[in-house]
Amino acid sequence: MMGLSHDTIVGIAKSFGLFYLIALSIGICVYAFWPRNRGQFDRAKHSILDDENGPIGGEESR
Amino acid sequence: MAAKLTFAERQVALLILVVIALVGLAMAALGAGDAMGVHGFIVLIASLGLIFVLGASLDAPAPTEDRSREYYDDPIKVGIVLAMVWAVIGMGVGDWVAWMLAYPDLRFDAAWSSFGRMRPVHTTGIIFGFGGNALIATSMHVMQRTSRARLAGQIAPWFVLLGYNLFVVLAVTGYVMGVTQSKEYAEAEWYADIWLVIVWVAYFALYIRTLARRNEPHIYVANWYYLAFILVVAVLHIVNNLAVPASFTAAKSYSLFSGVQDAMTQWWYGHNAVAFFLTAGFLGMLYYYLPKRAQRPIYSYRLSILSFWGIVFFYIWVGSHHLHYTALPHWVQTLGMTFSVMLLVPSWASAGNALMTLNGAWHKVRDDATLRFMFVAAVFYGLSTFEGSFMAIRPVNSLSHYTDWTVGHVHAGAMGWVALITFGAIYAATPIIWRRETMYSWKLVEWHFWLALAGTVIYIFAMWNSGIVQGLMWRTYNEAGTLQYSFMDTVEAMHPYYIARAIGGLLFLIGAIIGFYNIWMTARDVRGEVHTLDHPTGSEAGEPAVPVAE
Ligand code: HEM
Ligand code: HEM
Repeated sequence: MMGLSHDTIVGIAKSFGLFYLIALSIGICVYAFWPRNRGQFDRAKHSILDDENGPIGGEESR
Repeated sequence: MAAKLTFAERQVALLILVVIALVGLAMAALGAGDAMGVHGFIVLIASLGLIFVLGASLDAPAPTEDRSREYYDDPIKVGIVLAMVWAVIGMGVGDWVAWMLAYPDLRFDAAWSSFGRMRPVHTTGIIFGFGGNALIATSMHVMQRTSRARLAGQIAPWFVLLGYNLFVVLAVTGYVMGVTQSKEYAEAEWYADIWLVIVWVAYFALYIRTLARRNEPHIYVANWYYLAFILVVAVLHIVNNLAVPASFTAAKSYSLFSGVQDAMTQWWYGHNAVAFFLTAGFLGMLYYYLPKRAQRPIYSYRLSILSFWGIVFFYIWVGSHHLHYTALPHWVQTLGMTFSVMLLVPSWASAGNALMTLNGAWHKVRDDATLRFMFVAAVFYGLSTFEGSFMAIRPVNSLSHYTDWTVGHVHAGAMGWVALITFGAIYAATPIIWRRETMYSWKLVEWHFWLALAGTVIYIFAMWNSGIVQGLMWRTYNEAGTLQYSFMDTVEAMHPYYIARAIGGLLFLIGAIIGFYNIWMTARDVRGEVHTLDHPTGSEAGEPAVPVAE
């Protein structure tokens, strides 16, 4: 690998890589379980059951 | 097709086609004598054909209704039909290849019909032709419905769909002429690859712009999966296909990578093609069509989010399990193996989420073959991911690698999961898109279901048996400490399994042909039923399509 030695890459993976993956997983769990998101999720999962009535409003309403 | 375009849009479309035709002409002239020249003619003929179609209706009356009040479903219709056309081609060639392995004379001694050329026609035709068109068509359905907004653009959807099919045609016709980069699932040569990049960027832009129009606060999870599919496939495709053409007027090119780096790049691509092409996009289908058809919301929305990120982040690392016991550093193999085993968790979370959604609606699964397609697909998804995680363990792989067990695993995923979820989604979408009450014949859906299930089970069991017999024969020693069986002994032992596999494949193919007929008859509206659904109509008459926003 041009310029990047094997040891450098392993170093990055073991330091930055580890913490960013941990941070990411915590972030995702927080997002999924954040109480305020619950309403949004509930709405989204029910709204697909009946969505054939055409676009809401059309473009001009935006 | 052109009737829904304004006059200005027709002109733009015409301009794009003329540019493509000129490129085709240049390829045909400069590449004469090479496969590239033939491809030039294909590009030229395809674009001239479309120019002719469009030109004929250039001054037809422009649409008068407010188009933004209707969903744009015409490209979806064409996409579904194209998916079924490729299904028949891909499975037909697959079954031919299967018979060829049992009876090598079926190769017919021509260069173009050799196993090495027909096999990639099968894989590309079925994965990219059938799977890709189904993904594009259903994604256009899902993005509009979950956003409650019309597709962003009139020309872009056609460009994406037809441009993508041009890529598949270039790829497949190239193999027949002997063109290949020798990278599995990325055999197409450099100009076809560049064209796919252009189409793919347009696809991504179309998706994002449609989502930007959405009238729902939250982006439904199915869209996340489709977007991951589009985005990651773009990255994979570009990196793995980095190559230097030997000449700009011929098809041959040389990869930028070599040796073990080349192998690792290829299988990083290869397994993520499985992950993001054959899994993520189809999970998007699952999360939309299964709850919708069952008329029950997904069991746990939170779980679907968690498993989304789990799948996305674990899959990226597992490619090295294709290179166990090779020159690849041992720790990279171990990394791939570890992540493969962890991958089972989000995979089963997705499969479990789907099955729990159906829990309490088993009578619907029993009565409705469309829902049953999706149910069985979720079961096969669970099965093939379990098998995959198991095969990724290095000592297990020492038995399975190079044997038909791999091929069995592939088709447990590809037929049992990918193809069955696609048929389920297409049967769910077809009546909606064509505004029919139901499919033309529910009995034919039943027939298709049982043929497909029988075909898959026969195929997989044949390959499991064959693979394990093969693997064990290869490692059996006699008392003198030498190998007990010659390689030819193992080939002969495969013969009955290959016949069984080809019969299973034939059943699967017949099912797909029946499905195509059923879809075609539904589209043709042979019953002449009244379009009573409360959906936007395909009307060009100018009356408001639906009583929206009462
Ligand atoms: C009618 C049904 C089918 C038949 C008869 C069939 C047959 C075959 C055969 C004979 C091979 C070559 C195996 C070898 O080299 O030993 C193969 C490979 C393959 N097929 Fe199919 N196939 C079918 C359906 C599908 C479907 C629906 C998909 C994907 C959605 C698929 C994806 C693949 C892939 C990815 C490979 C390459 C496997 C590898 O390299 O390990 N096939 N198929
Ligand atoms: C947790 C999920 C999965 C894991 C860990 C996994 C693991 C594996 C392993 C270890 C191999 C064999 C590599 C070798 O020995 O050469 C393999 C091959 C393959 N798998 Fe999976 N698999 C998974 C899911 C799937 C699914 C759902 C599909 C299809 C839709 C699929 C399609 C394939 C294909 C096409 C190959 C053959 C590649 C080739 O050699 O051409 N896999 N997989």
